[in-house]
Amino acid sequence: MAATSSLSKMRRQEERLAWLFVTPIVLGILIFQLYPTIFSLYVSFTEWNLLTPMRWVGWRNFVDLFTNDRNFGPAMYNSFVFTVGTVLPGTALALIFAVLLNRHIRGRGLYRAIYFIPVVAPTVAVAILWSWIYEPQYGILNWMLGLVGVKGPKWLGSSDWAMFSIIIMSIWQGLGYNIVIFLAGLQSISPDLYEAASIDGANGMRQFWHITVPLLSPVTFFVVVLSVIGGFQVFAAPFVMTAGGPANATITVVMQLYKEAFQFQRMGVASAMAYILFIIIVALTAVNLSLQKYWVFYEEGE
Amino acid sequence: MATVAQQSASARSVAQASRTINRQSVGNILIHLILILCAVVMLFPLLWLVSTSLKSPGKQFVFPPQLFPNPVYWQNYTELFKIAPMGHYLWNSFEIAILSTLGVCLSSAIAAFAFARMRFRGREVLFVVLLGTMMIPFQVTVIPTFVIMRWLGWIDTHASLIVPNFFGSAFSVFLLRQFYRTIPQDLVDAATIDGAGYLRIFWEIFIPLGMPALATVAVFNFLGSWNDLFGPLIFLNTQAKMTVTLGLTYLQGRAGTGGGRWGIIMAGSLLGIIPMLLLYAFGQRYFVQGLARAGLKG
Repeated sequence: MAATSSLSKMRRQEERLAWLFVTPIVLGILIFQLYPTIFSLYVSFTEWNLLTPMRWVGWRNFVDLFTNDRNFGPAMYNSFVFTVGTVLPGTALALIFAVLLNRHIRGRGLYRAIYFIPVVAPTVAVAILWSWIYEPQYGILNWMLGLVGVKGPKWLGSSDWAMFSIIIMSIWQGLGYNIVIFLAGLQSISPDLYEAASIDGANGMRQFWHITVPLLSPVTFFVVVLSVIGGFQVFAAPFVMTAGGPANATITVVMQLYKEAFQFQRMGVASAMAYILFIIIVALTAVNLSLQKYWVFYEEGE
Repeated sequence: MATVAQQSASARSVAQASRTINRQSVGNILIHLILILCAVVMLFPLLWLVSTSLKSPGKQFVFPPQLFPNPVYWQNYTELFKIAPMGHYLWNSFEIAILSTLGVCLSSAIAAFAFARMRFRGREVLFVVLLGTMMIPFQVTVIPTFVIMRWLGWIDTHASLIVPNFFGSAFSVFLLRQFYRTIPQDLVDAATIDGAGYLRIFWEIFIPLGMPALATVAVFNFLGSWNDLFGPLIFLNTQAKMTVTLGLTYLQGRAGTGGGRWGIIMAGSLLGIIPMLLLYAFGQRYFVQGLARAGLKG
């Protein structure tokens, strides 16, 4: 009897202490996640400039964004183009290089280390560097193109090429990140499978399509979902390289949100945009999760 | 007879093996060529950054471009510190990144320990909520956070960027909890028998044994803090309080339109990149481990 009561006393103590330990993170969730999420939902239905009281406007901010706003449409379109333009080639390239690196070749660690360097550099600094590379008159890129007789475009200064230029830079910066994730995935595939396939006479290409691709699909899935979410949130690169120009050619959803909120003090409109972004991200995650069961292959026992 | 047959068979297999090796080595050379080409593409822009930052104004526009500037022109760096409070930028970035990282590590580790090793009511629900908050994009919370900071009077102070980290981060808690669950229960039991309480078990067993995971959390948070633009952009207004990333966006305007412009801008960018390269050089395996863990166990 005494033992049970002291046990339950210990359990109570454990419980109290555990709650004490999670107090910071619980407060953090409440103050910096849940409260802001609810608050900005409310703000998205109001007109508010931070100074005068909020005015309830119902769905007007959302309706305006889709019918009246001259910048939101291009921003959505550009974010979509950026996302597709970086995710598809970026994932494919990363997969190819990861497969090449996964062989027992000399200098493997060195290659991997080099490819990862742009990932750790601040995007702001990298974007400034690429602005210099893309410089139409004195930039090294157009000089190199000149060597092979091509007259390079104005890159960031051209509304036709600006988004393409930002996409190329972003692929360059993000490649190493995805390579490392793919490499980790490749290392979890049993070498026995490749050995068995070679004995059966399957060549490298067949092994790639019939072993590597299906077994790596959970990792591919992870990389794609993460890159798509990151793509829709792109901000620093266009902010630094083009400020959204020329003529809105590179304005993105998050840049437009920043302008509405912190330059024009239109908090209601900005919050509505944030919620549209939120819905897109949740929807993409959900679509990907539901598609996952059709094409993602998990090894048995995992 | 038998030996001759064996010998010829082994000769055949040696010839076969050498053919395979030949084909393999041709393949290997091809693969190395591709990998080296990619390495050049990855490194060249950074070399070009260093090179431009060390060129005199006139030499930046000389064709064909020189990769190795001669003479080396250090004045871009002195000019940089003259036209912008570069020392402040760098110091501020260090201060904010170090304190933020410290805060995230402390609060996340203790919470991760409770989630991994202690029983309390609501644990599972709380953990699911915690994971759920990782889906909320920063853009949704930024305006209310700005309102909170304004209410606290923390706009244009570093507190607005540092203090929220002292509440931990969901991702860090998640990563640490996964690791803490792998620490053997025997160690905990032995310490309990010796009369150690939970706090001591956390401090003397989980902190030291969990160092690899904690280092991963630390390097990622340091990197994230240093490279962040959006936070400093909305919270900081005074030049002397700005971080490197925010300062660099102003540098483009300050460097003027003269011939020295790009040399100075590249010098500033390089100073913004170098600390991250050093962090990467010393903590490489934590980056790799962290990505592998987040990617595969997530």
